[in-house]
Amino acid sequence: MANLTFDPKDVAQLSPSLVDGRPSLHDVTEAVSIHTEIETHRNWYIALAISGSVTLLLGSMLAYLIATGIGVWGNNNPVGWGWDITNFVFWIGIGHAGTLISAILFLFRQKWRTSINRFAEAMTLFAVACAGIYPLVHVGRPWRAYWLFPIPNADLNMWQNFRSPLLWDVFAVSTYATVSALFWYVGLIPDLATIRDRATTKLRHTIYGIASLGWRGSATHWKNYEKAYMILAGLSTPLVLSVHTIVSFDFAVSIIPGWHTTIFPPYFVAGAIFSGFAMVITLMVIARWVFKVEHLVTITHLENMNKVILATGTIVGYAYATEFFIAWYSGNEYEKYTFINRAMGPYAWAYWTMVSCNVISPQFFWFKKLRTSIPFMFVLSIFVNIGMWFERFVIIATSLHRDFLPSSWGYFRPTIVDILTFFGTFGLFITLFVFFTRFLPIIAVSEVKGMMIQAEHEKHYLPATTVSTEPVKVH
Amino acid sequence: MAAPSPIHGVVADFDSPDTLLDAVKAARAKGYTKMEAYTPFPIHGIDEAMGAKQSILGYIVLCGSVTGFTTAILLQWWTGSIVYPLVISGKPFFAFEFGFPIIFELTVLLSAFGAVFGMFGLNGLPRLNHPIFNYSGVAGSSDDRFLLVIEASDRNFEVTATRDFLASLGAEKLEVIEA
Repeated sequence: MANLTFDPKDVAQLSPSLVDGRPSLHDVTEAVSIHTEIETHRNWYIALAISGSVTLLLGSMLAYLIATGIGVWGNNNPVGWGWDITNFVFWIGIGHAGTLISAILFLFRQKWRTSINRFAEAMTLFAVACAGIYPLVHVGRPWRAYWLFPIPNADLNMWQNFRSPLLWDVFAVSTYATVSALFWYVGLIPDLATIRDRATTKLRHTIYGIASLGWRGSATHWKNYEKAYMILAGLSTPLVLSVHTIVSFDFAVSIIPGWHTTIFPPYFVAGAIFSGFAMVITLMVIARWVFKVEHLVTITHLENMNKVILATGTIVGYAYATEFFIAWYSGNEYEKYTFINRAMGPYAWAYWTMVSCNVISPQFFWFKKLRTSIPFMFVLSIFVNIGMWFERFVIIATSLHRDFLPSSWGYFRPTIVDILTFFGTFGLFITLFVFFTRFLPIIAVSEVKGMMIQAEHEKHYLPATTVSTEPVKVH
Repeated sequence: MAAPSPIHGVVADFDSPDTLLDAVKAARAKGYTKMEAYTPFPIHGIDEAMGAKQSILGYIVLCGSVTGFTTAILLQWWTGSIVYPLVISGKPFFAFEFGFPIIFELTVLLSAFGAVFGMFGLNGLPRLNHPIFNYSGVAGSSDDRFLLVIEASDRNFEVTATRDFLASLGAEKLEVIEA
């Protein structure tokens, strides 16, 4: 007969540690709030100075672009979409991991999301802010960008073409940005109240008091709040899938060989989650060390994210293979040519960079030793980020650069403005993070506490001898 | 002598969610109905214990969804086939197939507005003043303390009796708070 007794190791396997070292509830409040309360560290100013300068670079590049025209970019016939749309899709894709963690994992009752959701949602917002810049300035006359929205106005005297996927994109991205911001803010309210209640100065008390809207944490509040949070998670789940689906429609609805494929929506969504999780790993590895919250963002969290990277990376690899198979199986010679050209033409270097980073590198995460190694996962996450940027570049450039007529073939080269603008968006992204980590709680305090208490209750259902009987310290 | 200020209720300060939950049940058994708990995170089962009704937020969200859904259809149909019909690639002026992405997005957007602003409305937020903030230990309720207030509007409320009752439930601190 099989041995049915548990030993403590089995229990640890069943419920790996999401909070290390048995901190009390107050310890959690303290660990998360303290970095918003201590005197500003010199390193913070240094970080702000660096990222702020890069953001200024972005600002000056955009000013130059707007003052001159988009000819300052490398976009030209036949590659009319260059780095701008590549970067747009790159940034918006990164945002998707945040929503996945905050909404989809919430609905699936994945408790490990609680320590990382605030941070990941912030990443979503900041990535969407970076993404939004590109289509806005790409329209050429950004001061007319409101023409994209169905606002009755005298100077246009027309209505938008709702049959165009580009207009669907306007609605998808603006809805996504709005709902993500609301979801993030709703999650922040109870934690802002915690910081308000700890405030030592009148000014702090007033600012955080207004920001928390006078949250009291009453049972009535929590009842409506939990309902709202659940509904927002339920809304965000199809929303996040729809956003990258619609982004992929920008390509798939056209009749360009290499773009006109039905696999695009699921393939884009998987790629978005893949790149987003890689970005969360990159940032979280740094943040948990800088803010000393290694006991709240444990190796279990990181390992779980690496498993998601492995799964989605494998889906992405499968999608690349399917594209090639369909190009051959369709019998369409333009489609076939585009894919052979993609792998062996002038952009072969970009294609194989993409394959090595996206298909080969995540496979290392089959090994537990590697997916729990912090330096290894950090390096690998950067490879994935590079690979996913190249994926978008490959899709855009290789499909466009050889038009149907060989007389209109070309090769896309970015200009210095392209490069510095892209570099500048990283500055904006980091600057927003620098402010976020200084003034807001980077971990959802109330959710972590709720999870600790809930975990305590669930232990009663496990065999009594196998679990520690020591209760959670409340003080 | 100045008239005593009106009283909001008696607050009892507990050190764990379990003692708070037991106190709520005991207060209900004792016949109190007007009570409110203040906690740093949602306590499972407290609504049932307090006899609170389910949140009606879902209906507000439904109104948002229906508004978003209809607005998107009317907007695309009215602009595309009534005020500005334009033949583009021989596509119809309006069809649900191409209308779907925007129908979906606007439905989600207005539902989310319903969820967030509906929650604010039901919770009476923003509201920066509230009698509970008069309690000297209110800061604990967003940290690691679990408060129960029996309100003066309860018909069984009587300051000393209510306070003694709450003390018997294991409250570590008791205070009468002004309205």
